[in-house]
Amino acid sequence: MKQLTALQQQGRRSNSFRNASSPLDATVDGAIKSPATIFWLILHGLCCLISLVLGFRFSRLVFFLLFSTSSSPSATNIYSALQTTLPSSGAASPPERNVSAAGGSRVVVGRHGILIRPWPHPDPAEVMKAHGIIERVQTEQRSQYGVKNPRTVIAITPTYVRTFQTPHLTGVMHSLMNVPYDLIWIVVEAGGATNETASLIAKSGLKNIHIGFDGKMPFLWEDRHKLESRMRLHALRIVREKRLDGIVMFADDSNMHSLELFDEIQNVKWVGAVSVGILVGGSEETELTIVQTDDNGKDEKKSQVPVQGPACNSSNHLVGWHTFNTLPFVDRSARYIGDRAFVLPRKLEWAGFVLNSRLVWEDTEDKPVWVKEWEEVGRDDEGVESPLSLVKDTSVVEPLGSCGRKVLLWWLRVEARADSKFPARWIIDPPLEITVPAKRTPWPDAPPELPSSAEKVIIMPENTEKRPTKSGSRKKRSSRSKRKRSAKVLDEHALARHSIGDN
Amino acid sequence: MLLERKPIHCYDILGSAGDVLEDDPVGRLKVFVYELPSKYNKKILQKDPRCLTHMFAAEIYMHRFLLSSPVRTLNPEEADWFYTPVYTTCDLTPNGLPLPFKSPRMMRSAIQLISSNWPYWNRTEGADHFFIVPHDFGACFHYLEEKAIDRGILPLLQRATLVQTFGQRNHVCLKDGSVIIPPYAPPQKMQAHLIPPSTPRSIFVYFRGLFYDVGNDPEGGYYARGARASVWENFKDNPLFDISTEHPTTYYEDMQRAVFCLCPLGWAPWSPRLVEAVIFGCIPVIIADDIVLPFADAIPWEDIGVFVAEKDVPKLDTILTSIPINEILRKQRLLANPSMKQAMLFPQPAQSRDAFHQILNGLARKLPHDKNVYLNPGEKILNWTAGPVGDLKPW
Repeated sequence: MKQLTALQQQGRRSNSFRNASSPLDATVDGAIKSPATIFWLILHGLCCLISLVLGFRFSRLVFFLLFSTSSSPSATNIYSALQTTLPSSGAASPPERNVSAAGGSRVVVGRHGILIRPWPHPDPAEVMKAHGIIERVQTEQRSQYGVKNPRTVIAITPTYVRTFQTPHLTGVMHSLMNVPYDLIWIVVEAGGATNETASLIAKSGLKNIHIGFDGKMPFLWEDRHKLESRMRLHALRIVREKRLDGIVMFADDSNMHSLELFDEIQNVKWVGAVSVGILVGGSEETELTIVQTDDNGKDEKKSQVPVQGPACNSSNHLVGWHTFNTLPFVDRSARYIGDRAFVLPRKLEWAGFVLNSRLVWEDTEDKPVWVKEWEEVGRDDEGVESPLSLVKDTSVVEPLGSCGRKVLLWWLRVEARADSKFPARWIIDPPLEITVPAKRTPWPDAPPELPSSAEKVIIMPENTEKRPTKSGSRKKRSSRSKRKRSAKVLDEHALARHSIGDN
Repeated sequence: MLLERKPIHCYDILGSAGDVLEDDPVGRLKVFVYELPSKYNKKILQKDPRCLTHMFAAEIYMHRFLLSSPVRTLNPEEADWFYTPVYTTCDLTPNGLPLPFKSPRMMRSAIQLISSNWPYWNRTEGADHFFIVPHDFGACFHYLEEKAIDRGILPLLQRATLVQTFGQRNHVCLKDGSVIIPPYAPPQKMQAHLIPPSTPRSIFVYFRGLFYDVGNDPEGGYYARGARASVWENFKDNPLFDISTEHPTTYYEDMQRAVFCLCPLGWAPWSPRLVEAVIFGCIPVIIADDIVLPFADAIPWEDIGVFVAEKDVPKLDTILTSIPINEILRKQRLLANPSMKQAMLFPQPAQSRDAFHQILNGLARKLPHDKNVYLNPGEKILNWTAGPVGDLKPW
């Protein structure tokens, strides 16, 4: 009894010690101490000590091994007999069981085997079925709780062929492919429509309008922003001509969009604004402090990701704009594409605005009065900095994303140098003549020992700065050897090829 | 509380006897609450206020509800049911687990008190009395199944109606005619963690909890009859199964993002996971052979949840992926019904159609009492000295 209360106070519902004695209880309670009882007592004490050392109910195991009818192959090693769980074909050796009650119960109390099937790994067909189920459940959720009568999304993307077009455009493409609503993608390409861009877009399977725009993308960022604005206006012209119906959003090809954005913009009536997170990329500037001013003129210095977008008062009405004050950084910012310094955004980026496409249509009866006529806007292509130029009165803009508190997309401009070389469409075709596995590559038909003169042959772009150093940093030794021998490779390319060919 | 108006897109629940979840017990029965000295209830609670938040708190909240409910009557002559407020599950270890060792004596002492101070116990030997015993194996008053079976239901409660969380068919500790209730889950806490229903459900199967209880079952095979261990061994590397022993802070939010939630047995077959799954709209996958679920005569569990036999656990992924999609959508629609969620909760203050009312409905459905429960004067059926010797000591 004392043992019992002591255990209780420990708070553990452990019964290892008590039950070790349960088969022997009856004999222990007997008042007469015969040799048999003494023997059982000693055995019981021994079992307790062993249990203490091993940490489990040893006596039960002894009974199990003594009284089990079949011989298990691992009986010699006690631990493995326990660790190996009973196989799923399972009726090999019956553990001790007490039947819980008479009367047809399937459930028995006591030790059960842990059933494991012979191949406890996922079946790919079932995984696909499960994904199908999840998709169907989500469609149902959307139809019940999501947006009723969703409108088509018209995404406008200005682009041009350059080194980083593929990763940027693929990112946007994948985001758009995941949008659960109807989508029309208008891609405006500076310098005319090219096959390269066309083939990239075709992979998406989206409805798209691929148009070229006269004029090569300029070298200076300043001019580039201006050309992009003109390209977007050109796309809006298309929307007007074709009378496309839906919500216009501006998906710049290097931006990152959250899928929540597309759900949120469905709420727009005429003109909406969302908050854009500005990721000023690259360089050593870790602490980028910005000064946010709202209508009160209060200055707040915050060192965090700057956000451009609508500013609201406590009753959720639009009172002003959070913009990016570029003045402190102008002298440190990038001038031309490929400049190592970071690129600054405009005051208010196009990407932060969404429009109802009917605003730019020719004659619709219910156009609101504060919309400027298209001819007015179109005349002065140079001066259109943001969609706010389309409206006479900026107070009609609807703030979206819980009044600008949610950042739904991020703006970033990162480009390679204008003269960087890269294989067309990032495909090396035909494949390289020589490919030598790196020392640690576990390719099955690679020779186990590599001669010391052979090394990984890599394509070296002309500007060595652009070579990614991340892969080198993981294995310091190999990267150092790479750098040392890089010059050697370029010079002795033919020699290396010859020597490898020998092996 | 959760949804004022029933949304259009969910189905009505039809119990076995019509729309019983919507029944209002007021007017259908009268309950008399015995006035016991506070050492049976208030003093115990004062000693350990943790009893108000653990999963056995239903006994305390039911007492409070009955004291101020319209079904309460102060005239015992017109009462249909008699309630004895004794908190038998409030003797907690430092870890918060209830110890049932003194509970039989406490219950016995309470019954002795009411049988000597009021004539109503002796009139029927308890057949029109009900007791709330929410502990692991109900009125068997032990947490280990073998011990509980050995003890059996407390002999003095043989004729009374038990309101308990434990339910397993053909089990010694499940008395015929018991009302099975869900374990207590804190309603405000769950309400605080609700996320918008438009959040897409992207987890296929979700479970958080122990698979092996190394402290109490070091060999394995006893805890959960090996079923939880089987789940782990078969599905630990399956990307569809988000299962682990962690205690994330986003547990409630995660359940709302899952399609199926596993509710396997532990040391006892019932678990608060069932309540959580119903509240958060996740289809419960019940792995407990022969389990009797709460308010089974009012809630169509077969239509709402998925039942998997313990021997079929290795095939769980096949079973779940082969359920037709229409079935799954139908189950989700049934789960979205707010009256279902209300029936699982013990809100304070009580609201219509919550678990308190379902308990009263269950008791009302057992009325009127059979004529032969009323004993002739002097007739005795119960054996007051039955049971282990330790139980007979005074409390």
